[in-house]
Amino acid sequence: MTAREKIAGSVANYVDERTGAAKWMKKNLTKVFPDHWSFLLGEIALYSFVILLLSGTFLTFWFDPSQREVIYEGAYAPLEGLKMSAAYASTLQISFEVRGGLLMRQIHHWAALIFMAAIVVHLMRVYFTGAFRKPREFNWIIGVGLLTLGIVEGFLGYSLPDDLLSGTGVRIAEAIIQALPLVGSYLAFFAFGGAFPGEAFIPRIYTVHVLLLPGAFLALITVHLMLVWYQKHTQYPGPGRTEKNVVGYPLMPVYMAKAGGFFFIVFGVTAFLGAVASINPIWLYGPYTPGQISAGSQPDWYMGWLDGLVRMSPPLESHFFGHTVSWNILIPGLIVPGILFTGMALYPFIESWITGDKREHHLLDRPRNVPNRTALGVMSLTFMLVALINGGNDIIATTFDLTINQIMWFSRIGILILPPIAFVVTKRLCLSLQRADRDLVLHGRETGRLVMMEHGEFVEVHEPISAEKAWLLTQHEQNPALALEESDLRGVRRPGVLKNKLRARMSKAHAVAIPKATAADLKEIEHH
Amino acid sequence: MAPLLLVLALFSIGTTFSVAGAATSTPLTAAEKSALIDEGQRIFLKGCSSCHGLNLEGSAIAPSLIGVGAASVDFQVATGRMPVADMSQQIARKDPVYNEKEVEALAAYVSSLAPGPDVPGEESLNYERNGSTAEGGELFRTNCAMCHNFAAQGGALTQGKYAPTLMGVTPRHIYEALITGPQSMPVFSDKTITPAEKLSIIKWIKAAEAEPQLGGASLGRVGPVTEGLLVWTLGLGLLVGVAVWLAMKAR
Amino acid sequence: MSNEIEAIKDPGLPAHVHRRADTDPKAAKKAERQVAILFLLSALGTVTLIGSYIFIPQDVFFYFPVLGNTNAHQLFLGLGMAASLFFIGMGAIHWAKTLMPDEEVIIQRHEFRSPDEDRAEFIKTVKEGAAAAGLGRRSLIKRSLGLSLGLVGLSPLILLGDLGPLPGDELSKTSWKAGTRLVTDPGDRPIRAEDLEVGAVAQTLPEIEPGAHRALSDIGKDAVLLIRLRPEEFNLDAERLSWTYEGIIAFSKICSHMGCAVALYEQQTKHLLCPCHQSTFDVTRAAKVIFGPSARPLPQLAITVDSEGYLVAQSPFNEPVGPSFWERSS
Repeated sequence: MTAREKIAGSVANYVDERTGAAKWMKKNLTKVFPDHWSFLLGEIALYSFVILLLSGTFLTFWFDPSQREVIYEGAYAPLEGLKMSAAYASTLQISFEVRGGLLMRQIHHWAALIFMAAIVVHLMRVYFTGAFRKPREFNWIIGVGLLTLGIVEGFLGYSLPDDLLSGTGVRIAEAIIQALPLVGSYLAFFAFGGAFPGEAFIPRIYTVHVLLLPGAFLALITVHLMLVWYQKHTQYPGPGRTEKNVVGYPLMPVYMAKAGGFFFIVFGVTAFLGAVASINPIWLYGPYTPGQISAGSQPDWYMGWLDGLVRMSPPLESHFFGHTVSWNILIPGLIVPGILFTGMALYPFIESWITGDKREHHLLDRPRNVPNRTALGVMSLTFMLVALINGGNDIIATTFDLTINQIMWFSRIGILILPPIAFVVTKRLCLSLQRADRDLVLHGRETGRLVMMEHGEFVEVHEPISAEKAWLLTQHEQNPALALEESDLRGVRRPGVLKNKLRARMSKAHAVAIPKATAADLKEIEHH
Repeated sequence: MAPLLLVLALFSIGTTFSVAGAATSTPLTAAEKSALIDEGQRIFLKGCSSCHGLNLEGSAIAPSLIGVGAASVDFQVATGRMPVADMSQQIARKDPVYNEKEVEALAAYVSSLAPGPDVPGEESLNYERNGSTAEGGELFRTNCAMCHNFAAQGGALTQGKYAPTLMGVTPRHIYEALITGPQSMPVFSDKTITPAEKLSIIKWIKAAEAEPQLGGASLGRVGPVTEGLLVWTLGLGLLVGVAVWLAMKAR
Repeated sequence: MSNEIEAIKDPGLPAHVHRRADTDPKAAKKAERQVAILFLLSALGTVTLIGSYIFIPQDVFFYFPVLGNTNAHQLFLGLGMAASLFFIGMGAIHWAKTLMPDEEVIIQRHEFRSPDEDRAEFIKTVKEGAAAAGLGRRSLIKRSLGLSLGLVGLSPLILLGDLGPLPGDELSKTSWKAGTRLVTDPGDRPIRAEDLEVGAVAQTLPEIEPGAHRALSDIGKDAVLLIRLRPEEFNLDAERLSWTYEGIIAFSKICSHMGCAVALYEQQTKHLLCPCHQSTFDVTRAAKVIFGPSARPLPQLAITVDSEGYLVAQSPFNEPVGPSFWERSS
């Protein structure tokens, strides 16, 4: 034994005698993870979270979360002598007097934007491949929860510097709270410690932003990862891969190097953005006061769809018995997002209700093989995209010589007709791809070489595809629609007639598919 | 040796001309003024009267110019807005058609028919001396940012109209716009925003224009829209690119 | 549905393809060198970071393509940091890809469902424990437990009672009273009617005692926009017309939709535009909403002039300003 091995041995012995660590470390260091780049999207989010914790802690050493009024006497001349909150002044100090301060501020904000973008693409990957099915439904709900909390955390974070742009966003948030029926004005006064803007909001959201929500994130992310660890990661279908195995590489050394290395990549790219691209230049926005506003005011991108929904809302308000209900705020700001996110969270259960499928799934779906789910996903994305575009309608108008009125009408109508169109187009596309897959299996790959037969006919030579590819294109399941007879053999009617009719119709729509090629089909063709 | 002499000669000739040209303008004599007005009338009849009327009374497609003042004429013509090229949504800044002398003549002619705001003199535009950048920023954010955006990059109005960017606009034209209220822009009276305050606004705009990129590429200074776009293109693009490389088998 | 006999068979894992570094020691050495270079680039990055932090002053600017006139300290600090992190990652990944074993490993999944005996034992344990607790039989304990837990859960809510004052009529009142002068924002100068030309706007606030402090919460309700038109351009009923003065009209600047500052006035169309959600208000018709999500016009402030000719409010606003709320009656 070398000296190094001796030392390592005694350390390991020390720890193991006290914790019994050797057993579970051995098990976990050899754990196998399947390899695909799309499995790294969630990691981008995870590493961005760590970057947010690190850069955020740096910022807390200088940031003053107070709205008390100060006169600016710092390094940025165009704001010299102006009245502003201590929060804003301390953010200026971080930006211009603390070395590395502006870099850290920018890294923190870029990391937040990347965090949310990574969550969205990760969600899309999980959705379109069906990784949310049993046994991972609970993890999906945690994910939707992380997405929601992320939106709130980001909003609170960029509101801390108390600049003109984020202060405008806080004003809008206060209006949403105030619009709640019965309790709105009370909740608003409680949140802000009085009338808007008051002096209590920034200190309070600081506590939420640096303590409460990060704690919630740590807990949820830990459970999220533990479930992935324990349930083992899903894998893409392919030769040698079944529902009962995991094909991949062990944690030590491959994954430690690759995943660990990827953390540094994410941090490096975020630092690169922080170095070369300006974000949230609060010194140009100026300190917040309710009497000022900038043209082209938007929230950060992950809230842009909310802004777009509010902008396109018709001017609906009800007045009755001395009370007002602002539908033009509640519907786009709370009710529609609430329905969307609840539907998203419950989707695994909705789909298993439609298909009647209660089995475990560890092999991922190719999106084309689940046309209904894929089409629904594209439809939802189309809805969000129209809303997002409307959120930036004034910037788009000035950039492309359009009018905000045109874009508003495009959005109002588009958000109703474009998603169904997207659904139909996507479903058709999936079925076409299924047909193409079937042709590929049965007839092989078109080589582009033409051959003339003796009797003068030209044919294109087709090359049969490999056995691995044929397997990939035909391994998926094609289950028939649920058969929900209205009455059983004895003529007793099944309860819940309307629910079952709906379920039967949705199940039928879900099962629409091009039949996959079978061995029998292949044999038939060979005889030609 | 010869090339060096040539360079020196050119240099001295050039500086002599520019020194001579930079002499402060002396007030015009009555005769010179009258000639300027005649010249202005000649230009007006040829280039402007078809829309604005032979007596500046206006028409269906152009407003009356009675009382608009030399400041309006200088602003509209010297920024190239007038004569109009495209009347669809809004009159846009473009390369001026008339040179400085012609603009002066037009301004003299129009203001001779009825009094109106005058072109501010160079002395009254000394914003470096008489303006305050910080105060100008406060004034800008309260009075201008809602149309022109927090960094004077411009913004959208209704029905395709827009408040243009203020980058590259001369202090004189900014001042004239403030006092004449061109097109959709309101008028900012000297009592509600004093001349000194107007100079502060100009000083702040110039400071913002000259401000270096303190945090990196400015992405247009329009806020979160371009920042979000950068994340979804460069940010995710780089990261997904590395992820694809990571999972690929090495050769 | 195709059954097992008819379906195309799984050919199994394809044969392992070796990488160059697996078989050729020269290729392995080359890969090792590449990894080392990447790690060294990271070290270079860290040196740049440290050097920039200590040696580059914060006020040095230089021209860089694409970025423009850039701050040298910020740029090199950031690039150094980015490089120091990025190349560690590249080195680690390249090392794993080229040199670490890439034979695929197969492990079997286990069923999650616990074996039936374990399940039965679990149910037995829970039942016995519940019976031992006796909750089922002892309903008095159950009910009083429910009461005590329910009540203690209320206490955090009660303790948060001083988070904010009750709204009272705060949302319905502003600082404007009969005779309050309109003063410029900023500047606090009173305004005469003749100070405004036709087509002019002014940002105003109510006059306060000299030396008094104006809180942002006050500005958030008191901000008023003053606009001058020609009197014949108004399209108002007699009452609203009496709230104007010689073509000058005043509106609350706080948007009736969600509270942003509505100050964007289009002189030619006489429209006000709120930049937050594009609500558009027609000034000639008392700020009636003509486009966008706002459901109410901007409240109009009745103005006149005082004995010295300065513009003053005739009375407070006749309705609450700003966004709607439950208690608002119209």
